[in-house]
Amino acid sequence: MSHTIFKDLQDEKTEIKKTQILQALESEDLSATFDDALDNEMVLNMGPQHPATHGVLRLLLSLDGETVKKCIPELGYLHRGYEKLAEASTYHEFIPHTDRLDYLQPMANNVAYALAVEKLIQLEIPERGKYIRVLIAELARIQSHLLAFGAMVMDIGALTPFLWAIREREKILDLYDIICGARFTTSYTRIGGVSQDITEEALRATRKFIDEFGGYLQECRNLVERNKIFINRTEGIGYMSKEDVINYGLSGPLIRAAGVEADVRRDNPYLVYDQLDFRIPTYTDSDCLARYYVRVEEMVESTKIVKQCLDKFPQGAYNAYSTKKVLPKKERVYTKMEELIHDFMIINFGPNPPKGESYSAVEASKGELGFYFISDGSGHPFRTKIRAPSFCNLQALPVMMKDCMIADTVVIIGGVDPVMGEADK
Amino acid sequence: MRALFIMTEQRLNTLKEKLSNFNLQYTDVNGTPSITIPKENLLDVCRILKDDADIKFDQCRDAVGVDRFTKKNRFEIIYNLYSLPNKDRLFIRVEIDGKNPESPSIASLWKSADWYEREAYDMIGIKFTGHPDLRRIYMPEDYQYFPLRKDFPLMGIEGSIPLPNK
Repeated sequence: MSHTIFKDLQDEKTEIKKTQILQALESEDLSATFDDALDNEMVLNMGPQHPATHGVLRLLLSLDGETVKKCIPELGYLHRGYEKLAEASTYHEFIPHTDRLDYLQPMANNVAYALAVEKLIQLEIPERGKYIRVLIAELARIQSHLLAFGAMVMDIGALTPFLWAIREREKILDLYDIICGARFTTSYTRIGGVSQDITEEALRATRKFIDEFGGYLQECRNLVERNKIFINRTEGIGYMSKEDVINYGLSGPLIRAAGVEADVRRDNPYLVYDQLDFRIPTYTDSDCLARYYVRVEEMVESTKIVKQCLDKFPQGAYNAYSTKKVLPKKERVYTKMEELIHDFMIINFGPNPPKGESYSAVEASKGELGFYFISDGSGHPFRTKIRAPSFCNLQALPVMMKDCMIADTVVIIGGVDPVMGEADK
Repeated sequence: MRALFIMTEQRLNTLKEKLSNFNLQYTDVNGTPSITIPKENLLDVCRILKDDADIKFDQCRDAVGVDRFTKKNRFEIIYNLYSLPNKDRLFIRVEIDGKNPESPSIASLWKSADWYEREAYDMIGIKFTGHPDLRRIYMPEDYQYFPLRKDFPLMGIEGSIPLPNK
């Protein structure tokens, strides 16, 4: 009885057309032989619900014993259609959506988006606004790298550094709470500035955090860096040659770990990065250990940048003055007729940029985060394209995973540090 | 603010000189140079852009598929090239006919273009000839529409994604 049911099921199955992704996996060298079970190559489905894939990344692995022969990443499990939503909302309305792109560093996305729109509508913000943005963008970099550091080490098996990293990360979230009133979904920037001025209290709290952070980070590093298990698990794992790294269009820590000193902050300086002194950590090994070191040293550099910002913090206006493009202050909207009209017009019809196209990019923690706008002169963008670094970096996974052991896959994913909110848009 | 991604006059002239054999249109995207390339010359021009030692655009960092919703040349694909040695950025664009949206794939030159073209195919419906593995990247494989086309409604199409039975 049971046999016939099984047979029926099997008949039904062969009728279903094989999905294209399985066809892509099964090339000629992958034919199954049934004489000896050990000769077979096995297809393993990793994710989308897998704790080590940093969200909903799905990998199809073709295994020979424990060795990965082929890997196909599958995306789209978190696809929310942000580019379509952007076409239907005004430039201001899209700011909260940017929080949900790379949700490990919402502030950096806010800054990237605001800068891109300002480039499109040709608006220059005052010095204080720029310093606020650099400050929050660098805090966001530390925040994101802390999780990358913790998660990568945890995937190898060390839980303590993860907890310690999260402890520090919580402090940054508390800082955001003081700066803008929200911990996770900050939506802090506005077109032409930020939603509210940074207070003296916030600056004091930031300085206190930054002064202590270096020591805590060193403590975390001491747990890991001379650990033989950690080094054996990361050194030489996930190697990718420099030519491949360039050809696959990678950016961020991945390209710097391959010996290419590429950083948008240095190459095409935006905000006030050309007035700040910082180093770009570069390694040449292009393996997971090099990526780890690049990230950790970037955190040290970021603390330096934040310190310089705090020392130089200028007084004055933090928002650009442009009645038709920048939202007026709320207290003036409630008391003055003129501001009420402008507020109404900007909220309902948006700051109308000139007809044309514009591209602007910043260096986010994962790489180059850019926005390409096509404007038709109305308050909505005609087309918004998000250049998400995680999406581009994930493309290199099959190269890094070629002939690695199955236990190393999680380390390699940790080394790439993808965020699916951004990769899937 | 210093404007981002502006190429020096000199390097732009070198670029124009190297590509003088082709019929190209030069425009700019808010300061960044941009070239419109006829479909049939795309691969030849790209080969020069990538391999020439003076200009050397060694990275393809993005591809933007656009639905202009016009009668003539409805679609467009804009590649975002970056030169690591010169720190220059360049956009190259190909206009694509609406009735038969096909364009040659440049994934053989820049491997990164593989996924960008899959994304443009998935969202806009441009078919890239010579692409190694042209599958949908975000939407389900049996999905029949192209969501970023202008005639696709924002709320989606009812019944286009089958829901699981109760």
